[in-house]
Amino acid sequence: MTTATVEPRPQMREPRPRGRIDYLNVDFGARSWLLTTDHKRIAILYLVSITLMFIVGGLFAVLIRLELATPPGDLVSADTYNRLFTMHGVVMLFFFLIPVIPSVLGNFLVPLMIGAKDLAFPRLNLASWYVYMTGALVALWAMLAGGVDTGWTFYTPFSTRSSHSYVIGTAVGVLILGFSSILTALNFVVTIHRMRAPGLTWFRLPLFIWSTYATSLIILLGTPVITVTLLLLAAERLLGIGIFDPRLGGDPILFQHLFWFYSHPAVYIMVLPAMGVVSELVTTFSRKTIFGYHFVAFASIAIAVLGFLVWGHHMFVSGQSVYASLIFSFLSYLVAVPSAIKVFNWTATLHKGSVAFQTPLLYAFGFIALFTIGGLTGLVLAATAVDVHVHDTYFVVAHFHYIMVGGTVMAYMGGLHYWWPKMTGRMYPEGWAKLGALIIFVGFNLTFFPQFVLGYQGMPRRYHEYAPEFQVLNVMSSAGATILGAGYALPMFYFLWSLRSGKEAGPNPWGATGLEWATSSPPPPHNFETTPTVTLPPYIYSRKEADVVG
Amino acid sequence: MLSANLVKPGVLPGALPHEAPATQEPLASQFADLYQQREVATLGMWVFLATEILFFGGPLTAYAIYGGRFSDDFVAASERLSVPLGALNTVVLLGSSLTVALAVRAARLGQFRSVSLLVLATIVLGVVFLGIKALEYSHDYAEGLIPGIRFTAEWRPGVEARHAELFFFFYFFLTLLHAVHMLVGLAAWAVLLLRTLRGRFSVRWNAPIEVAGLYWHFVDVVWVFLFPLLYLLRH
Ligand SMILES: [Cu+2]
Repeated sequence: MTTATVEPRPQMREPRPRGRIDYLNVDFGARSWLLTTDHKRIAILYLVSITLMFIVGGLFAVLIRLELATPPGDLVSADTYNRLFTMHGVVMLFFFLIPVIPSVLGNFLVPLMIGAKDLAFPRLNLASWYVYMTGALVALWAMLAGGVDTGWTFYTPFSTRSSHSYVIGTAVGVLILGFSSILTALNFVVTIHRMRAPGLTWFRLPLFIWSTYATSLIILLGTPVITVTLLLLAAERLLGIGIFDPRLGGDPILFQHLFWFYSHPAVYIMVLPAMGVVSELVTTFSRKTIFGYHFVAFASIAIAVLGFLVWGHHMFVSGQSVYASLIFSFLSYLVAVPSAIKVFNWTATLHKGSVAFQTPLLYAFGFIALFTIGGLTGLVLAATAVDVHVHDTYFVVAHFHYIMVGGTVMAYMGGLHYWWPKMTGRMYPEGWAKLGALIIFVGFNLTFFPQFVLGYQGMPRRYHEYAPEFQVLNVMSSAGATILGAGYALPMFYFLWSLRSGKEAGPNPWGATGLEWATSSPPPPHNFETTPTVTLPPYIYSRKEADVVG
Repeated sequence: MLSANLVKPGVLPGALPHEAPATQEPLASQFADLYQQREVATLGMWVFLATEILFFGGPLTAYAIYGGRFSDDFVAASERLSVPLGALNTVVLLGSSLTVALAVRAARLGQFRSVSLLVLATIVLGVVFLGIKALEYSHDYAEGLIPGIRFTAEWRPGVEARHAELFFFFYFFLTLLHAVHMLVGLAAWAVLLLRTLRGRFSVRWNAPIEVAGLYWHFVDVVWVFLFPLLYLLRH
């Protein structure tokens, strides 16, 4: 691997001409933001509101890790603890991880990357943000009123019969949020089908678009099922009809089937866009075309399809038929194949590339490493016999945090740094950013790696107290969480700082290919001065590659 | 911002070459031409309908599972529904699909007087459907067949009332979900009728009528599934 440190390209240092109209300075005032139909401004609205939800979810995590620093339940009561981990899960999954990359980066980038003036349905796009806000406010209201203690999985019959918390309020918040996801996904699918610039064929699309497209398919086909499931849950809780409650003739396993039919694919709603971001980062910073473009593109589709067939791996100990479990186990192994293809292709892309270790690539490395660990431990969990041993232990908690935080959040941070110059016209401070990436990587591993060990040793999840022999590892985890929290706080400061004091970015600070870099930073209100025409596949970084594709 | 006059003439299917462009083109600024705008609108509806299938699919799956498990109780419960009223409603709704199909055709041919009459007929048929549905619901209430609220009906020996209640829960859940879709459709037709009367549509631009038609046919098809699944269990 040849390495080179690439300074932000000097040739593009043309300062932003005074008086140039871009999407940020075209209009001012709250009205111009709250009624905007510009996809770029809506992306910023999402960025702000989703960041706030991340902070809320993070505060719950702080309290959880504080409680777990000592073995006895001394900080909060068992009941409060139940509410804390439930609300941490609900906020982080539904209001942060699921929307974050599609709604922030996707909203900003999809029209830019395909050379369109906007999404197909701009007003629907704005509506989706208002729907998101409504869902978030309803859920936050339920939390302030007393919270919910069912776990983010809302399992019946506890959630319908026994729980004395705000189950319906929270469920309604999540249900409303689902419509926001659906509107966004519908917009993406139609836009990608019908609004591509002349010459931009399907196999000239950036891989971020492929993964966003695959994600949108999952959202469209999965989300309605969770919506209806939550409606059924609310009906059972309100009316006392035995849909899921066995004492009334219902079937609790049916709830789990319906719930995981959405919620396993939801993992891919979080991870697929992250993979799309990493594909972009890896090729830009190794200055090479992606290795095996078609494989990476179709792997996204394969994940979207197979992801719908593996939900039963959450139910190995639920009393589901053993034969069903075996099939679900096999299919879960199968879905690891396209993910592995992507990891191999990224590695092969880096091989012999001119690798520039800029912050976004550091995050991409973080993603590849942590996602691989998360994915491989997922295979451990998909093995029916081993799963019985580690089911509902911290092993599971560590596994999915490696996928969701180590995977999705890492990629999101990488993407945010990479496209920040495009979004704001300013560079972030590279030194501080590298420091932040390092802190996050160290803090993350210190937080979650001990949890693999804890789980394997038998510490169950979702208890506010634990046996004293688990304390050392738990203290490590809590210490790591402190570092991780500092790591996440740092970018919030320097990103804000960069808005005023960052270097002018110029249209293409990374020297990257891709239509989003072909327009000015920040882009004008309608993205391009003239509609671009595309004649080459993406990621052509050298004459040689251009010649090969002819 | 939403009505720039940037139409390339002559690219639309059905656009007559000699026809002068309408004075007020409804082209939104993100599109190159009306053809693209039409394609986007219809694809958007198709994608939306795909999610709708899953939306109805969830409760239908649950219904099928319990229908298999408690089949005798479900049949006994289903017998309480009025097949004549259900059948009549099926005919009414199929009739409205016919008027919608004719309206879409008339819009393509530019016969907007017929369009408004046919849309009006659709609205009347839709209202009739909901009226009959309301009549059925009131019978159900009188007989004590409202799950969770007023489920007091007598059942013949051997029928588990709990399971019959479950049947009626799914009956109300599915038909109410369907009725909400009908209401949305009726609102859409009312808006479109107004716009048709104000001359907003032309041979060149009538995609909203076509898109609403797609939606209406879907809602109709859902009923075609619901009717036998709910009303005809005994047969
Ligand atoms: Cu899963």
